[in-house]
Amino acid sequence: MNNSIAKEKIVSLRKKRSLEDMRFKYYGFTAMCLSLAVLVFLLYTIFSKGYTAFQKTIVLLEVDYNQEVLKLTPDSSDEDMEKGKFFRVKKQAIENFFPDLSKSDIKLVKKLFSINVDKEIKDYFLDNPEVINTKQQIWVTAHSDVDQLLKGNSRRDVPEDRRKLNDIQLSYVDQLVEENRVKQVFNNFFFTKADSRHPEIAGVAGSFMGSLFTLFTVFILSFPIAIGASVYLEEFAPKNRITELIEVNISNLAAVPSIVFGLLGLGVLLNVFGLPRSTPLVGGSVLALMTLPTIIIACRASLKAVPPSIKEGALAVGATKTQAVFHHVVPLALPGTLTGTIIGLAQALGETAPLIMIGMIAFIPNIPTGLTEPSAALPVQIYLWVESAERGFQEKSAAAIMVILIFLFMMNAIAVFLRNRFERKW
Amino acid sequence: MFFWSLVLIAVGIFSSFIYGRSRIKLNSKKQGTKSKSLPNYYAQYVLMWCLFPALIVYFSWAIFQEQIIQNIVISNFEFIEGAVYNEGLLLAEIRNVANNPSFADGKSIEIINAASHYSSLRQISQISFYTSIIIIMLLGALYASQKLKPEFHAQHTIEKYIQYILIFCSSVAIFTTIGIVFSLIFESLRFFAEVSIFEFLFSTEWYPFIPIREGQTAAEGSFGAVPIFAGTFLVMVVAMCVAAPLGLLTAIYLAEYASQRVRKIVKPLLEILAGIPTIVYGFFAFVSVAPFVKAFGQSIGIDASPTSALAAGMVMGVMIIPFISSLSDDVINSVPQSLREASLGIGANKAETIKKVILPAALPGIVGAFLLAISRAIGETMIVVVAAGTAPNLTGNPFENVTTVTVQIVVALIGDQEFDNPRTLSAFALGLVLFVITLFLNIIALQIVKRYRERYE
Repeated sequence: MNNSIAKEKIVSLRKKRSLEDMRFKYYGFTAMCLSLAVLVFLLYTIFSKGYTAFQKTIVLLEVDYNQEVLKLTPDSSDEDMEKGKFFRVKKQAIENFFPDLSKSDIKLVKKLFSINVDKEIKDYFLDNPEVINTKQQIWVTAHSDVDQLLKGNSRRDVPEDRRKLNDIQLSYVDQLVEENRVKQVFNNFFFTKADSRHPEIAGVAGSFMGSLFTLFTVFILSFPIAIGASVYLEEFAPKNRITELIEVNISNLAAVPSIVFGLLGLGVLLNVFGLPRSTPLVGGSVLALMTLPTIIIACRASLKAVPPSIKEGALAVGATKTQAVFHHVVPLALPGTLTGTIIGLAQALGETAPLIMIGMIAFIPNIPTGLTEPSAALPVQIYLWVESAERGFQEKSAAAIMVILIFLFMMNAIAVFLRNRFERKW
Repeated sequence: MFFWSLVLIAVGIFSSFIYGRSRIKLNSKKQGTKSKSLPNYYAQYVLMWCLFPALIVYFSWAIFQEQIIQNIVISNFEFIEGAVYNEGLLLAEIRNVANNPSFADGKSIEIINAASHYSSLRQISQISFYTSIIIIMLLGALYASQKLKPEFHAQHTIEKYIQYILIFCSSVAIFTTIGIVFSLIFESLRFFAEVSIFEFLFSTEWYPFIPIREGQTAAEGSFGAVPIFAGTFLVMVVAMCVAAPLGLLTAIYLAEYASQRVRKIVKPLLEILAGIPTIVYGFFAFVSVAPFVKAFGQSIGIDASPTSALAAGMVMGVMIIPFISSLSDDVINSVPQSLREASLGIGANKAETIKKVILPAALPGIVGAFLLAISRAIGETMIVVVAAGTAPNLTGNPFENVTTVTVQIVVALIGDQEFDNPRTLSAFALGLVLFVITLFLNIIALQIVKRYRERYE
């Protein structure tokens, strides 16, 4: 009798315990799934907010290249053509955009077009000078407000004073849609232009080049220094207090917040050495100091992985220590160090705060061509666009994030490829 | 300018190498003896004597040229008595006129004179730069070529030089630390000369608006950083509330329950999460999480700020999940297998083994991982800059708007920087606090992890 009660108790206890076991496993599984779900949700947010930025809205505009309005003749020289009065042509085209526009409506219609339209009308003419004295149907860029409306990013059911476009403008846009005088095409500006105050002609080309120059500086500075430092620490350094100090120092530097490196750049590189502000040279130097510990740690690991027999073999046939290390150990460790460097560069690419500190946050509307020219960088560009009040910049920031993520993905893919292709297992 | 000088240096080192090689061959032929080292070592010797002096000249020019020219221009500037000048603006104007003659219209005669002075100084500097590089390279090569005798041990010397170069490379890390510490301390001292350190650390009023120009009617600023520290702490606590359970449970699941296949898929995915730039998380917090938090707050009757501590903290928590999970994963994996087997052997099931044996054994390592994560959360900038507020607010309510140390550093430095104004300098004082706290957390964490590892080795 007692026996069976005890047995029952044991069975129920065992059941409870195994239930507990299941529950605990389930907790872990849920936690893992939650973390991954956030990743998926993050990527989904970026994609859903950003994919529209790869399209722009263009409007069909009838332009009359009348020679009197332009103040040009068919045989004007190229220089004179440059000076043609294209703004007058544009004004005329907009006045005749809809039949019977009143003066106040012309102003409203004008706001449907991008600021870039003048240049587009001019470029079209300079490319085809034979169109003088003819009427041409040209597709020109629409204003960001029209663009956002047609993409469904801004709502039309809010009260008029909280909208960018008023009711009259809305009716004109609707009319354009009805008459098929507006369409959406691939947004080449996003990839060929630098930052702008006007969302419809803002692009990532400038900040992309800025990031490339910055990464170039990081690579030039950090790769040789990191290899030198790790070869010394791994192969030559005597075991003493100074070496230990350097090692502790490197592991602590790896955990210093990036913004502190920005303060270092501001306080030392800009204020003491007087290097030019906002340039990839300074940004790259700061990021190089920041990524140096990461790369050194990776380099040392790959130097450690080379079996000592290789070095001993070289020493045995009469090589000096320097020869053994530089002719045999370092070449074998090179793929590993390269992988580590690329991962360090990927980290540097996404870093924003130090670049803000050294002034790479300035508004730069042109594409940089050198290391000492003021330029933006991709992550800072994203920050500027996220902070911007203009609605049209939000999709741009998400699209710029896509660009930076693809860039990062490619760098990591190269690192993995290098690791799998060249790394030897001993 | 500097591009062509690099070309010049490249040509110099190439020809010095060729010269050194042929010279030692010639010399040993003349003496009829074999040289002590291979010809390449002599060539490298000449090359180094050519390259390093040239590099020193190159960098000192790159660093000091502009400053010296500016000082000369300013000291020769014909100041008009009674007029007030801002040196930075004046210099910018002079530089603009010098680089772009079309800007000269409408500028005063002193500025045009100074601009032409500036460009002539630049020209002189360029010419003397090129000549001094050529001269220094020739001198270096000349010195080295005197040593190119067969009995000279070039290899030994080269190896010694290589050692010096390597030592220099490894000391860059030390220089960086010294640079950080000195720049922070130097500027902070200037800050504390104007604001008392007690006010900074213990007062609760942060109102950093000091009149920049005379005659502005801004109130006297006050620099009590307590609300900023409190805001940082609040965001960090929210972040850890998200990251600690999720990260730790993920690590336990991956280390103890998951099959090899799941691990192989999930670990790289978590690495993706760790590799996403923080500005992307900032965007995510701003666009998705903050509106969600606001809506959630409204639904339960709390008026949530659009830049709440909760939104910023939650996203920051997501950011440090992979950090905690990978560190804890390592720690759990390094608990000896014998402990697991003993526990399972006396009849405990997996959950009991983990809770009663593995976690207590791994506790120091996990604490170390958490401390590192906290240090990461405190130093994180972009998420809070985008998603948290800029106004200091002493509160414990995560639905309210708070600001953090990193945000205030960015805010202080993002506009006009005036290095004689406490507002700009406050960034360095805050940076110093941040640096000291993160360093302290790191040293403790690394110590704990190190001791923990030694216990099971």
